[in-house]
Amino acid sequence: MSLKRTPLFAAHQRLGGKLIEFGGWEMPVQYSSIVDEHLCVRRASGIFDISHMGEVFVTGPAAEGFLNETLTNDVRKLAVGQGQYSQMCREDGGTVDDLYVYRIAPMEFLLIINASRIEVDVPWLQERICGSSHRSGVFFEDASSRLGAVAIQGPRVVQFIADVFQGPSQAGTAVGSVLDLKKNEIGLWKSLSGTSGPMGPIWVARTGYTGEDGFEVVAPGDMIETIWNQCLDLGHVGCLQPCGLGARDTLRTEVCYPLYGHELDEATSPIEAGLGIFVVFDKGGFVGRSVLLDQKTNGPRKRLAAFRMTDKSPPPRPGYAVISGDQPVGTVVSGTQSPSLNQGIGLAYVPPTLAQPGTVIGVEIRGRRFAAEVVKKPIYRKP
Amino acid sequence: MSSQVPSDLRYAKSHEWVRVANGIATVGITDHAQHELTDVVFVELPAVGRVVKASEACAVVESVKTASDIYAPVSGEILAVNKAVSDNPALVNTAPFADGWFVQVKLSNPGELDQLLTPEAYRAQIGA
Repeated sequence: MSLKRTPLFAAHQRLGGKLIEFGGWEMPVQYSSIVDEHLCVRRASGIFDISHMGEVFVTGPAAEGFLNETLTNDVRKLAVGQGQYSQMCREDGGTVDDLYVYRIAPMEFLLIINASRIEVDVPWLQERICGSSHRSGVFFEDASSRLGAVAIQGPRVVQFIADVFQGPSQAGTAVGSVLDLKKNEIGLWKSLSGTSGPMGPIWVARTGYTGEDGFEVVAPGDMIETIWNQCLDLGHVGCLQPCGLGARDTLRTEVCYPLYGHELDEATSPIEAGLGIFVVFDKGGFVGRSVLLDQKTNGPRKRLAAFRMTDKSPPPRPGYAVISGDQPVGTVVSGTQSPSLNQGIGLAYVPPTLAQPGTVIGVEIRGRRFAAEVVKKPIYRKP
Repeated sequence: MSSQVPSDLRYAKSHEWVRVANGIATVGITDHAQHELTDVVFVELPAVGRVVKASEACAVVESVKTASDIYAPVSGEILAVNKAVSDNPALVNTAPFADGWFVQVKLSNPGELDQLLTPEAYRAQIGA
């Protein structure tokens, strides 16, 4: 099967991006180097193509009720223009996907789902709607193929983002400037600096996947390259660099944000992943509730622990065994050399008794054991 | 950016270089290879005294993203390893043909050198 390409494919080639396969997409892993791009996001700013991610609209008078029965978080908490992180679980508590849900109008929700899960999530949601008492009041659109997205992240994004998305928002959260959006708020812009006339809807949210301040932008695919180029043109004041999936992965690992397929999968629950604050039990019934409540009450059988290598060692990698005593007790699911800390870091599933910060564990790398320490999440905190 | 391919070295298809003097081969990875890896963060070297065969994995180089085996281009005993590169793996990126060398091998079969690529052939392989 041929790989899918985003609207920025030609731009990545022109910028010298090194392209790799990710979740069925041909995406840039890096332009200059992962460490260089990573540190640029921590110290200045970076822009990422995230057009591979999926966008789904769930709308209608029963959309809120439907989503609250399907997702773990409570969408009733969302005012218009607010977003929240959530999981979508199976009855057995396994995770179908993790996603962001925004209320963009009183009865309209935008879900941002993982690229690798679009083909699972879309039929999952459609079947749930068909089987729901709400079905006559819920409308569904998979807009993944017509929408693209970019993320602009880092402490210096605030120096130029209002030059790209000018003036007040047109919908969502009402703000006079994009800089007035608070964390998890989303607003609509209909024009872009450097272009004439109104454009399609550009949703701008103050969210991200790096642990830095920043924005994520969802817009029609044919506008994405214009947005990307405007950011790169105007972002010089923020030393903006294009960044690939490699830096995206090291940045999110340092702050312990889960990546579907690593920390989460159909055999792993959000409780096990340490994401219990996004599972709301007092909102009524939802898919997976009884298993998740049992895990929360009685404790899960495995827990996600963050760790740092304590001696000089090769970087930990997904799949490496975690050792305690002489026994393999768990598995690394994410691991890398932290560019910020210049040390091996990772996330691993271990028995709950070994998940406490301060616990000494070992990681087996090519037949040798290297010492590591369980640490509090996030592994990296801004100084 | 085009990669350097020094004219006085021999090359393996798997991107190692060999410099021979007095029956001893110094081995490292090429400029092209370090460009592809970027950000080398760890180098694991073999024990001195180990006898390796040509094409046998004898070291590991790790970038932020991946771990890659380094293959011995020639057979023989490992006479020395470059401690400087295991202390400072970035040398592989900054000086791949000099301070970033990996191991020295006492050639047990000097005829193997003829099997290695000439600079011209290696340039053709990487499109330099």
